[in-house]
Amino acid sequence: MASSEFKALAKNGLWDNNPALVQLLGLCPLLAVTGTVVNALGLGLATTLVLVSSNIAVSSIRNFVAESIRLPAFVMIIASLVTCAELLMKAYTYELYQILGIFIPLIVTNCAILGRADAYACKNPILPAATDGLMMGIGFTLVLILLGGMREAVGQGTLFSNMHLIFGPAAVAWELVLIDDYQNFLFAILPPGAFVAMGLIIAGKNIIDQRIETTRKLREAKVVSGSKRVRVTGKIA
Amino acid sequence: MALLTLSSPHSKGSNRTANMMRWVILMCIPGLIAQTWFFGWGNVHNVVWCSIVALACEASVLFLRKKPIAFYLNDYSALVTAILLGIALPPLAPWWLSLIATAFAILFAKHLYGGMGYNPFNPAMVGYALVLVSFPVAMTTNWASPGPLLELGLPSLSATVASIWEIAPLADAYSGATPLDLYKHEIAQQTAEVVRANPIYGDFVSLGWEWVNLAFLGGGIVLLLLKIIPWQTPFAVLAGLTLPALVLGWDYDQFTPLSIHLLSGATMLGAFFIATDPVSSSTTKLGRLVYGFGIGVLTYVIRVYGSYPDAFAFAVLLMNFAAPFIDIYTQPRTYGYAGAKRGAKAKENS
Repeated sequence: MASSEFKALAKNGLWDNNPALVQLLGLCPLLAVTGTVVNALGLGLATTLVLVSSNIAVSSIRNFVAESIRLPAFVMIIASLVTCAELLMKAYTYELYQILGIFIPLIVTNCAILGRADAYACKNPILPAATDGLMMGIGFTLVLILLGGMREAVGQGTLFSNMHLIFGPAAVAWELVLIDDYQNFLFAILPPGAFVAMGLIIAGKNIIDQRIETTRKLREAKVVSGSKRVRVTGKIA
Repeated sequence: MALLTLSSPHSKGSNRTANMMRWVILMCIPGLIAQTWFFGWGNVHNVVWCSIVALACEASVLFLRKKPIAFYLNDYSALVTAILLGIALPPLAPWWLSLIATAFAILFAKHLYGGMGYNPFNPAMVGYALVLVSFPVAMTTNWASPGPLLELGLPSLSATVASIWEIAPLADAYSGATPLDLYKHEIAQQTAEVVRANPIYGDFVSLGWEWVNLAFLGGGIVLLLLKIIPWQTPFAVLAGLTLPALVLGWDYDQFTPLSIHLLSGATMLGAFFIATDPVSSSTTKLGRLVYGFGIGVLTYVIRVYGSYPDAFAFAVLLMNFAAPFIDIYTQPRTYGYAGAKRGAKAKENS
C-alpha cells in the first residue's frame, strides 16, 4: 500500500470524515458512556477492535458474497466479533465491563461499523480495509476520550480516575484532582451534558476547518494574482 | 417632518424593546420588596450579582460576535433575564450557583441560538433548570425561612452576604422547606388539618409566599393594563393550574389545595413575568391561550405527580418546545381571505 493512500485513509478517518464528528454515527454509546475518560477509552478500544476485525473479515470474503445478501452477512460477522469483544472484556476487564453494561453488546448496532463495511471494506483489499478500520476506530476513540475528559473534568473535577480498570493497579495513581472538594456538576455527567459537550466539539472542528479553508483560499488567490494566466478554470495538476 | 403613511397601520405605538423591558423590571420591584421583607436580603443580593454576571457575559459574547455592545446592552433584555433568575433562585443559594445559572442562560440559551429574539427557550428558565438538575442539594436546602417565624429575626445583610459567598455559614434555622414541598411530603401521612397547622402556612395561605405572589400579581396586572404583556398567557396559565386542582385535586387530604398552588411557589411570577416572554412564547392570540394552558396543566402535573416540589421552569421549557407548532395551527384569518390558513399544508402552499 502506497504511503499516499495510507495518508489519505488516516486523514479521512481522523479528521475529514471522522465517524463521530462528521458522520455523526454511533452517537448513542458515544453520548451514553462518556462520563469519564476510562469509560470512553474502554468503549473506544472495543469499538476499534471490532471495526478493524470486521473490516478485515468483510474484505476477505468480498468476492464470495452475493451483492443481494451482503448486509445480512456483514451483520453476522459484526455480531460475532462484538460477542468476542464482550467475552474478552468480561475476562480481562470485568469491572469496566460491568460499568459499560449494555453498551458493549450494543456496539453491534453502531452504524459506523456497518457503514465502513459496506462503504469501504467490501470494495477494497484487506490491507487498506484494515487501515481504514483502524483509522476510523482511532478517530472515534479520540472523540470519545475528548468528550469523556471534558465531562469528567466539569462533572467531577477529576481526570483519569479509575484508570486501573483498564491498565491495572499501577494506574490508580494517574488520577488528577483538578479541584478539591468539588461539588459534582450533575448536568455534565447526565446525557444532556453530553449533547452540549458534543455540540461544542463539533463547533470547534467547524471553526478550525473554516480557518484552514480561508487561509487556503488566500494562498491560492495569491498564486493566481501573481501568475500571467488570464483565466484559470479548475485545478491544474 | 413626518411623512404621510399611505397604507395601514396608520396609528403606531412607540413601544421599543428597551421600554418594554424597563417596565417589566419596574414591575418586578414590588415582588422583590415582599421577598426581602419576608425572606431577607438574599434575593436582592442575587439580583445584583446575577445582573453583574449577565451584563459581563452579554458584553463579552457581543464582543466575540463583533456586534455593537452598547446597542444590545441598552435593550435591558439581559438584565431582565438576570433579575428573573435572581428572584427565582433560592435566596441563600451560594454565589457559584447563581453564576452558573446566569452564565449558562446568557451564553448558551441566548447567544448560541443567535442572541436577542432568536432563542427558542426562555433563557432564565434554561439557567434555572440547569442548576435544578445539576445541584439538587443546593437548590433545596437554601430556601430562607420567613422572618416572622425566626426568634432572632432575619439575618442581617452582611451575614446573608457572608453566607452566600461561603465565608461564614448561617445557622440551619434560617433555611427551611418551602410550603409546596412540605405539603407534598407531609400529606402522605397526615390529614390536611394537621399539615396546615404548621406555622409556615400562617393564618392565610402560606406565610410570606402569599404576599410575594400577590405583589407579583399586582405588578403583572399593571403590565397587562399597559398592554406590555398580553392577557391571554397569564389568564391561561392560571386557568390551566386551577382547573385540574379543582377537578382532580379537590381532596385536600391527598393533594395540595388550590390556594397553595396559586399563592405559593413561582405561580404569579411565572404566569405574569416568565410565561409572557415575547420571544419564546406563542405569537398568536389563540396560540397564547393554548400555550399558557399547557404551562398551567404541566405545572400542576409535575407539582402533584412528579418528584420536584415546583415545576415552573420545566413546564415553561416544555411549552417553549411546542410554541412553534402551536403557532402553525392557530394562525388567524388574514384580512381579505375567507378563512384562516392553518396547519403544515397551509404553510407549504403560501
